[in-house]
Amino acid sequence: MQRFSLHDSSLQPEQLRRQLQDPTCGGYAAFEGWVRDYNDGRSVLRLEYEAFAPLAAREGERILIEAQHRYGVVRAACAHRTGQLAIGELAVWVGVSAPHRGEAFDACRYIIDQVKHRLPIWKKEYYQDGDSGWVNCERCAAAATPALGHAAHAAHEHSSG
Amino acid sequence: MSATELYGLLLTGGRSRRMQRDKAALEYGGKLQLARAMELLTPLVARCFVSIRADQLSDPQRAAYDTIADLRPDLGPIGGIHAALHAYPDHGWLVLACDLPFLDRATLEHLIARRAQARVATAYRSSFDGQPEPLCAIFEPRSLELIEQSLARSQQCPRALLARSDVELLDLPNPRALDNVNTGQEYAAAYAALGTPASGAPTIGAPARRRLTVRYFALLREQAGRSTEELETQADTPRQLYDELRQLRGLTLAPEFLRVAVNDEFGDWRSPLSDGDTVVFLPPVAGG
Repeated sequence: MQRFSLHDSSLQPEQLRRQLQDPTCGGYAAFEGWVRDYNDGRSVLRLEYEAFAPLAAREGERILIEAQHRYGVVRAACAHRTGQLAIGELAVWVGVSAPHRGEAFDACRYIIDQVKHRLPIWKKEYYQDGDSGWVNCERCAAAATPALGHAAHAAHEHSSG
Repeated sequence: MSATELYGLLLTGGRSRRMQRDKAALEYGGKLQLARAMELLTPLVARCFVSIRADQLSDPQRAAYDTIADLRPDLGPIGGIHAALHAYPDHGWLVLACDLPFLDRATLEHLIARRAQARVATAYRSSFDGQPEPLCAIFEPRSLELIEQSLARSQQCPRALLARSDVELLDLPNPRALDNVNTGQEYAAAYAALGTPASGAPTIGAPARRRLTVRYFALLREQAGRSTEELETQADTPRQLYDELRQLRGLTLAPEFLRVAVNDEFGDWRSPLSDGDTVVFLPPVAGG
């Protein structure tokens, strides 16, 4: 199994955590991101995730390696959903195993934070009022002026929630 | 006859239809062409102005200089020259286009030294077609009347105006000095040639067309109405490609909000593209 993986059907945490078992590890920490029924004060009915798979896989792998080097954890893995998700479904799973709990917690936190900011994965929310929108994109689209920019700009960091 | 004081005029009101970008805002060696041209021109003339369209009055880059707005819209360069002569009819005007990145001081000094005030204008012979080059030329006060006659006949080509007028024609000391930049390809070549202060003589390559694949995701996929497309383009960099597609596909996200990936890896907006590359513009992400 790839340490970072994309799945278009339900994630299976019990299966995913098996790859982290290691006799040198005394601690295992996992994070599960679930689909919530509201965001930014709006009632959310369901979600859709879209990924640029080859780059998401590369960048996901890089994040896991960084976490291992940074925190000295032994094993780390992450799985992310694509496609349609209902409220309460598991959207992302992160798991790490380490000799002790401290580095396991820290690495887990690092991985999920980086995943949210760096992976080319997009989330569309479908709202109760019938509207829908791509999270973090719509306000940029609204801010965009019709005129082209002046001189070429360097790429900015992505804003992300 | 006594010397008529010389004023300078940088024409920046062009629509840049082929480039689809404001030529005055193109950068060479880390500096806007607008600033480069004004720095070149200012020490050589008594006063220096930026010629603008009326709708560019609020542009902060241009507003940093004295400006002269076109009196009538959509006349092209002759409208800018006309507005300047109309505003200061007792001065000669050294008129420059803002898409001449290779223009050097020696070329302007030679033009000024050979200025023939008794004639309508002093201009260089184009190294392409031998015709007078109107957009690096000195227009004398008497040219105002000829310009107004031309405009009255709806003749807007300044080159044709000079071709039928009494013009002092000079040979270019540096035949490449007036090479202009009209396309993304030409800009990339000029940018590369002028990008570093140590660069040697510029060479302009033949326009290259690349066959590229573009993949769209999320909001951009919806706006483009497709997940992927193959296209042939003269865009040299992802940034030029995005500007092209933004117009073509009606994409609303400004490039500042995006990142770019080339061949499944994060890329640079300004790195040259190669034939066969696959390019993805990444909207703001929201995983997790």
